[in-house]
Amino acid sequence: MTPAEKPVYPEPVLNRRSGKLLTGTRYWPTELWRNPWSLPRYRAGALWLAGIVLGIAAVGAGVGELAAWGEKLLALLGRSGLPAAVVAWVWVLVKLTCVIGVIVANGLWAVWWERKISAHIQSRMGPMYAGGFHGWAQTILDTIKLLLKEDVTPAAADQVMHLLAPIVAIAPCVMAFAPVLFGDELAAARIDVGVLYVFAFASISVIGVVMAGWASGNKYSLLGGLRAAAQIVSYELPRGFSVVPVLMFASSLDLAAIDRAQAGYWLGFFPRWFIFYPVAGQLAFIFFLIASVAETNRTPFDIPEAESELVAGFHTEFSGMKWSLFFLMEYGYVLLASFLLAVFFLGGGAAPLPHPTFIPAWLSIPSWIWMTSKAMLMMFVFLWFRWTFPRLRVDQLMDFNWKFLLPWSFANIGFAGVLVYLHMRGWGPG
Amino acid sequence: MDTMFVNLGPQHPSTHGVLRMGLTLAGEVITKAVPDIGYLHRGTEKLMEARSYAQCVVLTDRWDYCSAMPNNLAFCLSAEKLLGTQVPPRAQTLRVVMCELNRIASHLIFLGTYGIDIGAFTPFLYVFREREMILDLYEALCGARLTYNYIRLGGVASDVDADWISKCREFLEFFKPRVDEYDTLLSFNPIFLARTKEVGLISQSAAVSWGLSGPNLRGSGVSYDVRKSEPYCGYEAYDFDVPVGEHGSCWDRYFCRVQEMRQSVRIVEQALAKLPEGELSAKVPKIPKPPPGEAYAHVEASRGDLGIFLVSDGGAAPYRIHVRAPCFINLAILQDILVGKKVADVIAVLGSFDIVLGEVDR
Repeated sequence: MTPAEKPVYPEPVLNRRSGKLLTGTRYWPTELWRNPWSLPRYRAGALWLAGIVLGIAAVGAGVGELAAWGEKLLALLGRSGLPAAVVAWVWVLVKLTCVIGVIVANGLWAVWWERKISAHIQSRMGPMYAGGFHGWAQTILDTIKLLLKEDVTPAAADQVMHLLAPIVAIAPCVMAFAPVLFGDELAAARIDVGVLYVFAFASISVIGVVMAGWASGNKYSLLGGLRAAAQIVSYELPRGFSVVPVLMFASSLDLAAIDRAQAGYWLGFFPRWFIFYPVAGQLAFIFFLIASVAETNRTPFDIPEAESELVAGFHTEFSGMKWSLFFLMEYGYVLLASFLLAVFFLGGGAAPLPHPTFIPAWLSIPSWIWMTSKAMLMMFVFLWFRWTFPRLRVDQLMDFNWKFLLPWSFANIGFAGVLVYLHMRGWGPG
Repeated sequence: MDTMFVNLGPQHPSTHGVLRMGLTLAGEVITKAVPDIGYLHRGTEKLMEARSYAQCVVLTDRWDYCSAMPNNLAFCLSAEKLLGTQVPPRAQTLRVVMCELNRIASHLIFLGTYGIDIGAFTPFLYVFREREMILDLYEALCGARLTYNYIRLGGVASDVDADWISKCREFLEFFKPRVDEYDTLLSFNPIFLARTKEVGLISQSAAVSWGLSGPNLRGSGVSYDVRKSEPYCGYEAYDFDVPVGEHGSCWDRYFCRVQEMRQSVRIVEQALAKLPEGELSAKVPKIPKPPPGEAYAHVEASRGDLGIFLVSDGGAAPYRIHVRAPCFINLAILQDILVGKKVADVIAVLGSFDIVLGEVDR
């Protein structure tokens, strides 16, 4: 096997009279912008992307439903001769490991993806070297770097609180994932008040953020922590109320039931997802999306961090793994919001079109692939927002919440009531 | 009410260098703001008193390092007044081309950094893509990308060839649609408007009495531009408008600059079209010794009215030089208009003034 050819970069020629510096050594963006498809590398990249998507779909079809594999594993555990109580505990541990694995893997994946997306939005390349293919190892190496970093606690900080803050912030994030569906029936725990449970745990993290801001002994961090408290507590309300229409449509607080209620197709082809319920569905989706962005402290609502004002706000004084726990929390909540959006509005594990009859059933793409794709689509929206919008001011943020989002999410419950009433009277499509 | 004192800077991502603002906060509201300058003082005015006129041009590059060409120009105009030199027409036109390209490059930096101040990161990389092309043009022209020393006493340092001109035209064609892109991405973004439209209002009279100049003054609706009021380098022969704002808000100052970029493109196109043939530089002695006397010349630099006052005692070095630095004078109004604003507004207002600390402290 021959070693891969090293790319040859032209030496810059500094000839100020002839203008060769421009024509000989660099290309101007004009050339790329006129017709990107004329570049062989651009075409090859498109082929790679299509291949990756097809490959994921093929692997999914081969593996089949993950929930079924889970049941088989549980049955295997049951036959191992261990006492039932031990089996139950082992099973909980397995599920816990899976969920924490998802959160950590999501951190690695989301950071790399965010770097790539932001790079392409900003006409850059993003990570290209670490690991070889499009810098896939970048975040892994970053994690190693973070683990090796010195853990600094400022002299002015409250030592105990400074240590506790990241833990208080990340623990509820992991807990909140318990009832989250990763595919049809694929969740760590079946909780019949799942929606309430998720919201309840997701709102505890703000205590960790306020602790971090207060304990840092830094005025900027204090401002960041207080902003976070005000923002997250206020956006809890519209976020909760914007989901009420979904609960009314599905008549359940159980995430699996909400998922099931969206299965099937109107007229045989149009998916019965809640986002397609007229007016109420779309409004609820938009309100929940906006409130979720605000809850996760991401642009345009990233005022607690506010790079240009507060210089990273509540986590200015954190370094190494303590800081990365906050980081993990942020991306964990983005993932949580993405999966919730997929389950509440985008039909969960349901395929966007009915399975064509001419393709054998065993080739169908399983629900966990659909669910994850939809969640990733929503995650893309989060990243897209971040790299497109400016940031709101703290009072405008509050105005927007209390004067627009909250009243309209109340009104939307009314719209949903009308829809449900019409449905009960037998009007409209099933 | 309990107040908190916060040092904004000198090490802060949004003070555009080493400005320090002492802010007294009541909650998030400013009750007192004191700009503190001098962290970048290099004493160029004093240094120049020990250097020949030609050597002084190099020092002028270091004032407003984001747009160094107008600095060169202002000094050279003033020194040429003392010497009584007539600059050949080709050099005049090249000076206009370079200054206007530099104005575009400088306003591009403003646009990008202002986006970051408001929280939008993406425009920053777009504008640097375009600015890179201007810097490439400069590099091909004079070998430097930031401090050019291109405009010299009596003319300019090097000539442009047909290749350079076609590259410049290519840039202008590439650049025109990009300005519209910035408008859709940033200028008319509702969040951006909410953050800047009602913030940092400066009335016409306040703007004049605080001595603002450049886009900061025009944003308040005062149509004052040295290129129109006292044309130099043949600016009277170019067809261009002076954009003015309406309310003197941050957004007006911002949008003035966006419009000025469009006007600069127009000027460069006209200048390239009529670029006369001829000498690059008038005959100036190697070590000029102007007769005793004084001269004042000012130009419309990217950030405002940049004036140079030169006194000569007949020696090889200026006896005294004073710089009317627009950034320094623009900065003074901050202590007045920041009171009562939120912390986030400090960044928005400070960013909208587009200060360069190299020029503030000199």
